[in-house]
Amino acid sequence: MEAFEYVAPRTLADAYSLLGNGRRVAALAGGTDLIVQLREARRSCDLVLDLKRIPELRVVTIAADGSLQVGAAAPLADVYEIPEVRRRWPALVDAASIIGGTAVQGRASLGGNLCNASPAADSPPALMVMGARLRIGSAAGTRELPVGEFFAGPGQNTLLPGELLLEVIVPPMPAHSAAFYHRFIPRNEMDIAVASAGAWLQVGSDGTIEGARIAIGAVAPTPLMVPAAAQALHGRKAGAEAFALAAQEAASAARPITDMRGSAAQRRHLVGVLARRALERAHQRATEGR
Amino acid sequence: MTAAEKPSYRVIGTRPIRPDGVEKVTGKALFGADARPAGLVYGKVLRSPHAHARILSIDTRAAEAFPGVLAVATARDLPAASDEVQALGETAVNLKELSDNVLASDRVLYRGHAVAAVAAASVHVAEEAARRIRVEYEPLPVVLDVREAMLDDAPLLNERLLTRSMGKTISDRPSNVASKVQFVGGDVEKAFAEADAVVERHFTTKMVHQGYIEPQTATVQWNPDGEITVWATTQGAFACRGQLAEVLRRPASTIRVIPMEVGGGFGGKTPVYLEPVAAILSRKSGRPVMLTMSRSEVFEATGPTSGTSIHVKLAASGGRLTAAQLDLAYEAGAYPGSSVSAGAMTMLAPYDVENFKIDGYDVVVNKPKTAAYRAPGSPAAAFALEQAVDELARAIGADPLAFREASSSREGTRMVNGMPFPRIGHEECLRAAMESAHYRSPIEGPNRGRGVASGYWFNAGMQSSVTVAVNTDGTVNLVEGSSDLSGTRASLAMQLAESLGIEYSQVRVTVADTDSVGHNDVSGGSRTTFATGLAVHQAALDIQQQMRTRAAKLWGCAEDEVVYEAGSLRCTTDEAKTLTFAGMAAQSARTGGPINGRASLLARGAGGAFGTHIADVEVDPETGKVQVLRYTAVQDVGTAIHPAYVEGQIQGGAAQGIGWALNEEYYYDDDGRLANASFLDYRMPTALDLPAIDTVIVEVPNPGHPYGVRGAGEVPIVPPLAAIANAIADATGHRFSDLPISPRRIVETLHHLE
Ligand SMILES: Cc1cc2nc3c(=O)[nH]c(=O)nc-3n(C[C@H](O)[C@H](O)[C@H](O)COP(=O)(O)OP(=O)(O)OC[C@H]3O[C@@H](n4cnc5c(N)ncnc54)[C@H](O)[C@@H]3O)c2cc1C
Repeated sequence: MEAFEYVAPRTLADAYSLLGNGRRVAALAGGTDLIVQLREARRSCDLVLDLKRIPELRVVTIAADGSLQVGAAAPLADVYEIPEVRRRWPALVDAASIIGGTAVQGRASLGGNLCNASPAADSPPALMVMGARLRIGSAAGTRELPVGEFFAGPGQNTLLPGELLLEVIVPPMPAHSAAFYHRFIPRNEMDIAVASAGAWLQVGSDGTIEGARIAIGAVAPTPLMVPAAAQALHGRKAGAEAFALAAQEAASAARPITDMRGSAAQRRHLVGVLARRALERAHQRATEGR
Repeated sequence: MTAAEKPSYRVIGTRPIRPDGVEKVTGKALFGADARPAGLVYGKVLRSPHAHARILSIDTRAAEAFPGVLAVATARDLPAASDEVQALGETAVNLKELSDNVLASDRVLYRGHAVAAVAAASVHVAEEAARRIRVEYEPLPVVLDVREAMLDDAPLLNERLLTRSMGKTISDRPSNVASKVQFVGGDVEKAFAEADAVVERHFTTKMVHQGYIEPQTATVQWNPDGEITVWATTQGAFACRGQLAEVLRRPASTIRVIPMEVGGGFGGKTPVYLEPVAAILSRKSGRPVMLTMSRSEVFEATGPTSGTSIHVKLAASGGRLTAAQLDLAYEAGAYPGSSVSAGAMTMLAPYDVENFKIDGYDVVVNKPKTAAYRAPGSPAAAFALEQAVDELARAIGADPLAFREASSSREGTRMVNGMPFPRIGHEECLRAAMESAHYRSPIEGPNRGRGVASGYWFNAGMQSSVTVAVNTDGTVNLVEGSSDLSGTRASLAMQLAESLGIEYSQVRVTVADTDSVGHNDVSGGSRTTFATGLAVHQAALDIQQQMRTRAAKLWGCAEDEVVYEAGSLRCTTDEAKTLTFAGMAAQSARTGGPINGRASLLARGAGGAFGTHIADVEVDPETGKVQVLRYTAVQDVGTAIHPAYVEGQIQGGAAQGIGWALNEEYYYDDDGRLANASFLDYRMPTALDLPAIDTVIVEVPNPGHPYGVRGAGEVPIVPPLAAIANAIADATGHRFSDLPISPRRIVETLHHLE
């Protein structure tokens, strides 16, 4: 590990002022990706910019419009331990509560999970199917974009120099709709997704699918939305037949590789299975209590 | 054995708290990396990025000039080592190769091979400086697979290596096949021709690592007067000293090895890797130097066990196993010395097979030099054999356990090397398995299956020394030299208490350094409770004898009129004359001075042992995920000195075996880079991946030990690979002959994915 400087500013303005200046700056939230990368010399930097002392990056609130606003550096446990979050955004809990273990979740943040931009990260597919948006800031101001547009490649996000991720905004789930996220790992904990799938479904009272989104992970350079799967579902009756069609679309959208975590063929096959099962579970959630 | 037959013991068979327990659970026990000699500095090793290359030059100037650097070491700092083999418990090492493995001189043979090292006040400075060492390599072609390495046109790791067999050279040109073993008996051809059923199948297993939690670490202080002190995490302080003495060309007496607590070894903490390098850095810097491996260094550069390729052909006739033709090729890693001969010798041990032909090949490949791993060689052999046995039992419509019982070895059965077995307990294990609640319960439900398998391990004897000092308050101090990997302080103290007729709480145990106790071989081969236990028993007899001599003098009677019984001395001719152990201890100053018992021995009569495991699994055919639903391990341990620690060993071995069966593997890319050199991607099972493992302890006492101890630690890793594979075959209808039987392999197979 190379020597670096460490600063923990108290305000966003101070944070922005430290970005750039020709120095290689690494933002630090929970550090569960960053510190590992620095220690293993997979990454080096001149300055580690700790964001955890900036109050607005740690808050988790439900806004007046019913959306969930998660500060980019808030630990995952601070998010999923809120009963209202568990009730209204269970798919976020699906993802946040399987990242690492309890100890990791006490530090790791959604912001870090997104910015790290691992193709296998757990929160992106869940956030994508829920229609989450990201608020990004710099000294010049802020901008928003859908989470699905944030990823550029393995380890690569679309932040511009001088920018920080500020907040993840998850909209309220419309009536009769629900999302579900899961992944496949060979063990039962402490593993990285071999493939993953999230699904969101809105189902009319007669069982017709009125809205759908499918996102898949670990099967392409970035997490992928699968619009073809959503189209295959739209207007059909929720059920095995429709879900199988969508699963096929998910499998064909995949562009997997072979590595130590799994083979391309296995991943393509798995992502279909996971998409189908995710739809079944989202459907269950959407229609519970009917 | 029924309760009536079993000798009644006072201490043996109870479950007291281990002497090292409190320190370990309160975090006070000192492990290797806790050593803190005054002035300690830290080092970092530079390792080869190539799996095979010639070293053209090493330029250390930039590292030496780096601010804060205290010393730099390369192979040039090591004396040329002799080309001789030293026994290391279950494995042996050639010291020239050991030296080259510690710091490569002219050639790197695997990625991660140590090339140079730097010492500095901070490990980060050492690491940064090490990166500045310029090594010029000429990459060479890489060979990773055992069968490919055996081909005539394979890249050679060592142009001087010729194949040897039975002490003779049998190849006329250089080869990666370092040696061949062969065992032949009966008439295989005839037996196959006359068989009721024949099964033939090819199996492969991948290299796997022991996966101990504590990485290798070594701290060495080389004083200007030539005295060397080593704080080591090792399975054998004397083996560590011996190897270090050879590599450094220093008299062993100038080296003191202090054994620290060991955070797991399973065989992997017998060779030295860091100690000689730390020694050189200490000599050059004048400071004590600590070297500690990262997890990826542990995976890449310490000794895993062999990947294997095994061909099996078996025949059954008259409801039992009649013939076996076996061909085993084991990866030795970078230097010769795999566990193939142990694989070849243990493979048929559970069965009385008249006709057999077994060929075994020890093959070098561009991967780390293998080391011992729990019953080295046997699990892969059992994976192959026990699946074929299962298939054969199915082919003739026999119950798999009944078929095994009909074919089982027993006292007098000749092993493949011609030696007859003494009293052994395989049949007892099979019967206990058949009678177990688990085997009698039905296995129901879709995608579920049950598998069974047996396994054997020799267990070892070797050398042990102990001393026992009797304190005047009636307690004793046991000083021994066997690294405690598994609760052996407790199992030795218990045997001492039993033999002296005193309480377990009266015994205090110390694992001493190499200056403070006589020679002890490594804690390996499941030998400690057996062999050091024998020494403890003999030391107790020594004390008894000394006490009888003193009592005779005290009482004015003949020595043979004094008996020592249940912790007391009494005179057979005068009932009034009795003295307790504590009473005699209290009088030692007046009766001739302190009483010390001692024993040093080469233990003979180690008892080989068997286990039979039963596994129930459920396979998700869509994802390939395997859940182990229920698991029972039956094992003959001779006598369970401390049943809880025996159960722990059985459960631990089964857990490691299950991991080996399902997910663990060294996953290499074509260039010989280990792609999963982390606990995250190596995928050992976690607590959530295993069911509670039920144990059934079978006790067929070993006639070679006063309390019947056989050794318990290694046998339990032998059967699980095949037990799980057989269960998966039962659940899916498909027989998987390559490890690991990972979700990837299962879905690719069941769904015919390319
Ligand atoms: C043992 C272990 C298990 C894990 N298991 C999983 C798992 O199951 N699933 C999974 O998805 N991940 C897993 N991870 C990875 C990691 O925990 C997650 O990605 C986590 O969410 C990262 O969050 P963090 O706050 O720790 O990020 P950090 O490490 O602090 O940062 C990650 C990256 O994002 C950048 N960054 C952070 N915040 C900002 C910001 N506000 N603006 C701009 N850039 C920023 C950092 O510079 C860095 O590049 C695991 C990690 C460990 C150590």
